Amino acid sequence: MIATHALAAAGGNSPSIPAPHIEYGQLSPMLVVFGAALVGILAEAFLPRRLRAATQLGISLAGLVGGFVAVVVLAAQGHASTRAGLLAMGSVAIDGPALFLQGVILLTAVLAVLTYAEGRLEPRINGHRIDAFAAQAAAVPGGEQEREATREGLRTTEIYPLTLFAVGGMLLFPASNDLLTMFVALEVLSLPLYLMCAIARRRRLLSQEAAVKYFLLGAFASAFFLFGTALLYGYAGSLRLGEIADVVSGVAPVTPALAVTTQNDALLLIGLAMVSVGLLFKVGAVPFHSWTPDVYQGAPTPVTGFMAAATKTAAFGALLRLFYVAFPGIRWDWRPVMWGVAILTMVVGSILAVTQQDVKRLLAYSSIAHAGFILTGLIATDRRGVAAVLFYLLAYSFVTLGAFAVVTLVRDSKGEATHLSSWAGLGRRSPLLAAVFALFLLAFAGIPLTSGFTGKFAVFQAAAGGGAAPLVIVGVLSSAIAAFFYIRVIVLMFFSDPQPSGPAVAVPSALTATTIAFGVLVTLGLGLLPQYFLDLATKASIFIR
Amino acid sequence: MSYLLSATCAVPAVGAVVTAALPAGTGEARRRTTKAVALGFSVATLGLAAAIAASFQPGGARYQLTESYSWIRSFGIDFSLGADGIGTVLALLTAVLVPLVMLAGWHDADPSAPEGTFESKRRTQGFFALILAVEAMVLVSFLATDVFVFYVFFEAMLIPMYFLIGGFGDRAGGPDSARQRSYAAVKFLLYNLLGGLVMLAAVIGLYVVASDQGLATFSLPALTDAISSGKLVIDPTAQRALFLGFFFAFAVKAPLWPLHTWLPKAMGESTAGTAVLITAVVDKVGTFAMLRFCLGLFPDASKTFAPAILVLSLIGIVYGALVAIGQKDIKRLVAYASISHFGFIIMGIFAMTSQGQSGATLYMVNHGISTAAWMLVAGFLISRRGSRLIADYGGVQKVAPVLAGTFLIGGLATLSLPGLAPFVSEFLVLVGTFTRYPVIGIIATFGIVLAALYSLMLYQRTMTGPVKASVTGMPDLKARELAVVAPLVALTVLLGVYPQPLTRMVDPAVNDTLSQIHRTDPAPAHPVAATTGGEQK
Repeated sequence: MIATHALAAAGGNSPSIPAPHIEYGQLSPMLVVFGAALVGILAEAFLPRRLRAATQLGISLAGLVGGFVAVVVLAAQGHASTRAGLLAMGSVAIDGPALFLQGVILLTAVLAVLTYAEGRLEPRINGHRIDAFAAQAAAVPGGEQEREATREGLRTTEIYPLTLFAVGGMLLFPASNDLLTMFVALEVLSLPLYLMCAIARRRRLLSQEAAVKYFLLGAFASAFFLFGTALLYGYAGSLRLGEIADVVSGVAPVTPALAVTTQNDALLLIGLAMVSVGLLFKVGAVPFHSWTPDVYQGAPTPVTGFMAAATKTAAFGALLRLFYVAFPGIRWDWRPVMWGVAILTMVVGSILAVTQQDVKRLLAYSSIAHAGFILTGLIATDRRGVAAVLFYLLAYSFVTLGAFAVVTLVRDSKGEATHLSSWAGLGRRSPLLAAVFALFLLAFAGIPLTSGFTGKFAVFQAAAGGGAAPLVIVGVLSSAIAAFFYIRVIVLMFFSDPQPSGPAVAVPSALTATTIAFGVLVTLGLGLLPQYFLDLATKASIFIR
Repeated sequence: MSYLLSATCAVPAVGAVVTAALPAGTGEARRRTTKAVALGFSVATLGLAAAIAASFQPGGARYQLTESYSWIRSFGIDFSLGADGIGTVLALLTAVLVPLVMLAGWHDADPSAPEGTFESKRRTQGFFALILAVEAMVLVSFLATDVFVFYVFFEAMLIPMYFLIGGFGDRAGGPDSARQRSYAAVKFLLYNLLGGLVMLAAVIGLYVVASDQGLATFSLPALTDAISSGKLVIDPTAQRALFLGFFFAFAVKAPLWPLHTWLPKAMGESTAGTAVLITAVVDKVGTFAMLRFCLGLFPDASKTFAPAILVLSLIGIVYGALVAIGQKDIKRLVAYASISHFGFIIMGIFAMTSQGQSGATLYMVNHGISTAAWMLVAGFLISRRGSRLIADYGGVQKVAPVLAGTFLIGGLATLSLPGLAPFVSEFLVLVGTFTRYPVIGIIATFGIVLAALYSLMLYQRTMTGPVKASVTGMPDLKARELAVVAPLVALTVLLGVYPQPLTRMVDPAVNDTLSQIHRTDPAPAHPVAATTGGEQK
């Protein structure tokens, strides 16, 4: 009796695990999206098949728009500026960059989900509307089961909850304030993406191959990230970005336990390098880019558009936070390396794109080149650099989404006609669509009066201001090379004769049309009157520690 | 604040949108409406440009009728416009030429394929909308007083120009003319885009240097004032790099030897109207910008590089003329002649004397008018026979005397016959160059001799001699064509005998530019003062 009492008393006095204090309000964008994802899974399990597609679309849109509204409300309450803070015991940071990028990701996701739901492009099967995703993802390609599933007009509506989970991970990624949270976010966003790549309705083997490649290389990159995290923990004794920064800059008192490791710069540098590899893989920077063309080509085009826009945004957000919060103290160590990466990325992306014969691969290499341009802004290591990167990501996301949405519309009997030769003369068959695609290409090329130019100007200016003038010169020269292949496509569309058996342009429903229209609007808006969004990006450019 | 300048730029821009949005149709009536609307907008623009010229006071401030609107505050960019003498004169030239180019190309965008095929549905709308778009962007470039605004429109005008070259050609091309045309368009675009991107780096560099010294602006007057008063100091190495960045873009556009190779291709493959638009309007932005931006922003670097640039322009004068003599294709001949003329213009600018620069500015105008006349008449000739080859013509003057006569006037203007406008400017350029660089001035004079050769030989081979079978029955100029040529010929003669209205506007701006770069004219080298004269500073 006494003993029990003593035990209980001891239990009462000993330090217990504190209940974590969670700021639900400020985490609400993520919570709403994750919640919608869970509801989506329930709907998948309990709803009859015919209701699923429409319901899933509704749930996804509600979740994503709800998340966006939450972001806007948080920003309006000042959580992007004066009330920015660390949440969930310091593992999540809600500040300007986080909220800005979350807003971009959510808007991108809304538009991407609209293209998922497009049911007018594929011919109906037995009266069933079908979309770009496999009838039954688990069926063996070409097998009896697949044929049956196709006949019955099945659709893989799981794509919606998967997307929501990925979006949730992406929202957390640029907001994570410790390396472990960042790793969890990385996995939460990656795993659904691997699956989503694998479920194209047409060319399923190519799609599955892409998924396997993405998965294997992605797992490899994740392992790098995790190992780097361990090394950095060993160096700093903490996973918090802010605390790592304190140790790096020598502000934090050296505890006896860390006395040996904090002197060991090898731990710090190798750890940083490995963590960076994991993130650079996600943004598709050279030399970690080799997955990009295959995955972009193999994945269902709506997924490619989503991935190209949103993943890049999230990953650059994480990269920014890592370098600006945790490692500003050793920028003289990482900057030269990042210079090299940026130069390689711009040059290799631009040059390899020149020889591409497939629209999706071309856009993949162009996305690599753009990763390089964005890196030049990151290297500026000042507030202007952050603002420039934020603005560039906003501009780039919508152009990319719009461009891939256009790709889904150009079709022949075998599905999307992505080979460039079949795009010949498109400008004569459907001038409007070709003009829209030309606008996106010109924006990619950075022609003035489009959003691409404003973004490019912002990052180059930040880089030049941050003392990286040679990067700017490499940047403009690669832009010139890049312009060549964008223009090549325009030439093909407008000045070449159409092939007699060339593809036709499918008339989309309001869903895809909305996505494309939004892309055009943002592309022109950010080109002609960018001031409001530049201000927004500048206001949002301070990281909380 | 007056809205005259922004209205002048906005009218063609609105016109482009309206024209492009007119209902598509293949009927003759629909097409005529489209053309009339586009022409109406261009004439309205001419009216506004004339109003600018009329309200411009030569003795007044450097930039007049200024307007400024906040555009991108984060980068210190204002959409600011202002007219100085040089810009006004060139804007007026643009506004005069565009309606004539439209009239000359009245039928260039008529469906070349049979009615009803997809190709012909919006061709006419597209053609005229693109011309108006180019006009709007060129006008902004001439009137912008903000480096960034200038850059944006300087670069953006490539896109409509590209579609004009690639999408519309004359019907004189060979079987693979479409391929040739798209090649020409791509070459044009890539050359100019490369130039523009290099300039972008320099524009950013300029901003970074200026904002480091507390002048975070793109405003040209603010920057030039700060530079000439010594408040903004760009160290010599940076200044040279920035100068080269700007100059490269302008030299591609102008074009200066050896960056000229896109021009003959682009002018040869496009319609005569488009060719005039390229050489007489768009290319002038390049030479204009050298005068305004290179000299104003980088005075010391300009002086450093002037001798090298003069040598290049001299090579351009002689090379362009020699190659023109050897051409078999009429339009390419005109193109190479233009390269030679651009050599003169650039020489006049970088001789850095008041006669040289006034002459260069007048040269831009006169070359625009005379080449437009020459090229458009050549275009009329080509459209009659369907061939660009000189060898396919002969004896035209007996069949179509008016056509031949106006062609002769265009040719004589090109070789700078005294009494016609180009003579005045060429003379000024040569005098201006000679006073500072006598040797270069003397060699450049040979350019005139060569010009006589190519222009008279072209006339002789196409217009004189026995009437060739292919030429018999060729109709003379029609009323529409006369309406195009008559104003050009009239201007060529008028400005030849009475250039004062132009010089009165141009001279103050030139003197201002020279004072910015701290250059004064060399004193006249009479025997006594020869030792004390010469360059100051």
